[in-house]
Formats: sequence, structure tokens, C-alpha cells
Amino acid sequence: MGAASYTSRVPDSPAVLVDGLVMRYGAKVAVAGLSLAVERHTITAVLGPNGAGKTTTLETCEGYRAPQQGSVRVLGLDPIRDRKALLPRIGVMLQSGGAWSGVRAVEMLRHVARLHAHPLDPTVLVDRLGLEDCGRTPYRRLSGGQQQRLGLAMALVGRPELVFVDEPTAGLDPAVRRTVWELLDELRTDGVTVVLTTHYMEEAERLADRVHIVDKGVLVASGTPLELTRGGPRATIRLVVTEPFPPTAPESLRLALGDGTQVTQLDAVSLLVTGPADPSTLATVSRWCEDNSVLPESLTLGQRNLEDVFLELTGGSSSTVEGVVE
Amino acid sequence: MTAGTFSPAPGAAPFLRQVTTQASMEARLMLRNGEQLLLAVVIPVIVLIGGVRGADRVNLSYGVDTFTPGVLALAVMSTSFTSLAIATGFERRYGVIKRLGTSPLSRTGLLLGKVLALLLVEVLQVAVISAVGFALGWEPHADVLGLLLAVVLGTAAFASLGLLVAGSLRAEATLAAANLIYLLLLAGGAVVLPVSAYGSFGDVVSYLPSGALGEAMRAALSDAAIAGRDLLVLAAWAVIGAAATARTFTWE
Repeated sequence: MGAASYTSRVPDSPAVLVDGLVMRYGAKVAVAGLSLAVERHTITAVLGPNGAGKTTTLETCEGYRAPQQGSVRVLGLDPIRDRKALLPRIGVMLQSGGAWSGVRAVEMLRHVARLHAHPLDPTVLVDRLGLEDCGRTPYRRLSGGQQQRLGLAMALVGRPELVFVDEPTAGLDPAVRRTVWELLDELRTDGVTVVLTTHYMEEAERLADRVHIVDKGVLVASGTPLELTRGGPRATIRLVVTEPFPPTAPESLRLALGDGTQVTQLDAVSLLVTGPADPSTLATVSRWCEDNSVLPESLTLGQRNLEDVFLELTGGSSSTVEGVVE
Repeated sequence: MTAGTFSPAPGAAPFLRQVTTQASMEARLMLRNGEQLLLAVVIPVIVLIGGVRGADRVNLSYGVDTFTPGVLALAVMSTSFTSLAIATGFERRYGVIKRLGTSPLSRTGLLLGKVLALLLVEVLQVAVISAVGFALGWEPHADVLGLLLAVVLGTAAFASLGLLVAGSLRAEATLAAANLIYLLLLAGGAVVLPVSAYGSFGDVVSYLPSGALGEAMRAALSDAAIAGRDLLVLAAWAVIGAAATARTFTWE
């Protein structure tokens, strides 16, 4: 059976539809009425600080947890009730683990392949992901990056229509990260829908057709990377100083700059000014530094990128964001 | 859309293939693991040779005809209880069960795979231990149905108890508990030596799964009999263990 005939008879419901999802762990609310959709044949990135509810949402889509409120549909199916029909059609890459400690890398991949009806040839994935060297190595002796790639291979070997990949390139070196990006790109070209969570803004900006930004269990923004970065004033001034700012600094600088600018504290010693980066704004920032006896270490002009949008929307405390790529 | 390398073609393998795939993987991993192999084959063989030689020296009334069925019972216990508990404990820890939870393999398929793997390893154990027994002059009077019932019901009872331990404790605690219980039952559970060797304590011991399995195995291989009472005791343990496991087991 050809791939074209397969995809053509799949109804056109969204690949993933989350509607008013609420999930609590005891008193803690992990997901607070989240709604989002993932269109088929796209790469969709779900961004959010740690604890935003990304993994909980993903695990609800994967059938690990039942929604406490709201509903979740994956390929038009209920992940719990229609589990048997759904599971063969999705691939899941966990953040870590997922293999016996004594199993050999390729043996594990063959095992998962044999649970499926029309699996990919495992050697294709081994080649593509550069796993040739770990064929007979037990899982526990693989490096973190190799375990990561094997996890991705296990998610893909059953030829799923939809894959959920949780931080696929965390901890990979830049060359391998590019290999994984190319692979994810090719998946989309071949008609697979990809849902990915990531901490790397560059990854989302480069790969994703659509980005959902989640914070504190709700959707705070969604759109194409271009739409998201175009949404506000595009220029930025990044001010880094030698001593930590007093807590009143962002508000005081915003007052000095007047309307039409936004000031976000990125960490103890850096502020992000979003607004018109004209000479007068620059002069105001310099004057504010002088008035407040603040010694700038660097003052950088730039374009508003996805990371800036992310930080503005999620409260700008970059301490909650791991591995943000500059 | 043209067909590329990754063009979707999803589907589950036939159920039977999933189960045999899982079983052969689990059996291979069990036999590849040094400690597991020690528990499955080496210790039982040492107990058999040591028991027969030792009993000979101190003029104990038990010989190879008593020890061989007892050691076979010990082997079933070590695989279906200790090995299964430890393996499952670490599968939970390493996220294997979570990972397989999103594969086409169902919970039933996973459980059947595990049982089949245990039976495969047990066949191997029976072959090795019987060969050693024959070499030591064992002359069985066997009832094949009695033997099969003892192995199957013994496996069911011990496997359900093994999963109970693995499902309620952390991996390290499971490792410790499964080994400790194994040693206690080996020493005082009437598995290798008959219940009659335990004097007045024998009545109690015969209600333990170890005592019941040992007696059922000795009846089947020494007296060519089916030990109905002991098999019932094993069945009762299997039901109790399965019910408790179903209430407490979590796959993560």
C-alpha cells in the first residue's frame, strides 16, 4: 500500500485537538484550561518554561493520563477509549529512558519495529541518525546523545502518522542537532505530523510551521514564528550591566522611555527594551544609566526574535528557561 | 504527496507476533544477565550437587530422588519470583514499561510475553537440572500432568507475588526484598527438603507457596501422583497475588 493512498483516506480533522484541558496534581494545577490544535502535516512546537504543563499535556495526548476536565482528541480519537486503534498510529519519544539497561541499541530498535505491521528498516534509521557505532553496545553504556537518538528512532520505526517528540535535541552537539532537524524536516515533507516541545527558541524558529506558547497551564500565544515576532514592535535594545539592578529598575526605565516601549527584566543584570530603537530611545537609556549610576557592560541592538516574544509573554524570568540559545 | 522514506504506514503487528517478540526479548535479557543466570541455573545446580553429596556424607535419609524435584521447584521459584520481580522493578525504573505503553503492545500482550518468557527459561532450567540429576543417578517416577500443573500453577503463584513486590516498591528495594524472600524460602520454605523434614512446623510451611510447590513437584516426580491439595494451595496464592497486584501495580 502506497503512502499516498494511505494519507488520502485519512479524514481531515486536526492531528491534535486539546479543548479546555484541566489537570491537577493534588492542589497544584498543572494545566489550567488549555486549548490548542495541531494541523496535519505540520511541525508544531510547544514552548513554555519548566512547569508550564507541556509534558502533562503531551502525556494526556499519548494516553498516559485521562483528562480531568476538557477533552483531548488525537487523529480524531480518544487517547484512552480508542487506545488500541490510536497507539499504532503515533510515535512517542520520551525525554529519557525507555529501554532495558542490558539491551543492545539496534536490538531494541528491531524489537519496537517487530511490534508494528509495516516498520521501517531499522538500518535506515541507524544510518540516518549516526548510530552505526552503537549497534552492539548495551543501552546503559550509550552516551546521553546516543540514547536520545535511539529514542527518536524508536518513535519513528513504526512509520507513524503523528510523532510526539519531547525535547529531541536537548544535550546534542550542534552537528547532531542539525542532523535531527533535517530528519524532522523530512518527516513533514513525507506527510508525518510532528509535535515537538523544546527549550531551544532557535529550533522552534527554524523548524516549526506553528508555535504554541504555553505558560502556567494556559495558551498565551500561537501563530507562525513570523506572526509571533511581527506581532509587536520589532526592534530591541538589550542592556547588560555590571551590578544587579534594583527591583524598581524596569519600571523606572519604562517611565523614562515613555509610552510605546516595553521593558522586560531578563535576569539580575540584563533588561530587554522592546520598542522603536531610534537615537532618542538610545539616548534615554544612556541617560537613565547615568542618572541611576548604572555601568553598562553591553548595550546591544537587535531584532525581536522568538526568544524575546517568549520572555515577554512568560514574565521574562529567564531563570525558568533552560538552555535558551542566544 | 510522493512516497518518501518516512511516509506513514502505521499498523500493529499481529497479536501473536507481538507476544512472541516480547517473550523472546525478555528471555534473552534474562539469560544474558549474569546475576539472573546465577539465580536461574548455577545456584540450583550447586544446591542439587551439594545436597546429594552432603546428605550422603551425614547419612541423611534424603537422596537424589528427593533433591532433584525439590531443586526443580527452587528453579521455578527463582525465575518466576525473584528474577521476574527484579527485572520488572528495573523496567519500571528505566521507563521501559512506560515506553512500551505507547507501542502497539497492550498490557495483556506484555503480561503474556512475560509469562511465556518465564516458561521458556524454565524449560531450559528443567533440562539442565534434570541432566545433572540423571548424572547423579536420579530415577524419577513421573506423572507428566502433575509436573506440568506444578510448573504452571507454581509459576502463576510466584509470578503474581513477584509483580506485587515489583509494583509496590522501588527498584532497589525490590532487588533486596526479592533476594531476601528467596533466601528465606530456600532455607525454611520446604522447597528443597520435604515438609516432613520440618517437624511440627511442617503444617504451616505446607501452606506457603514454596512448600506447596515443593510438595507438588515431589509428588509428580517421585510418586507419579497429582498433589491436589498442594496445587489448590498454589492456585489460591495465584488468585490472592493477582488480586493484590491488580489493586496496587503501577506501570511507571
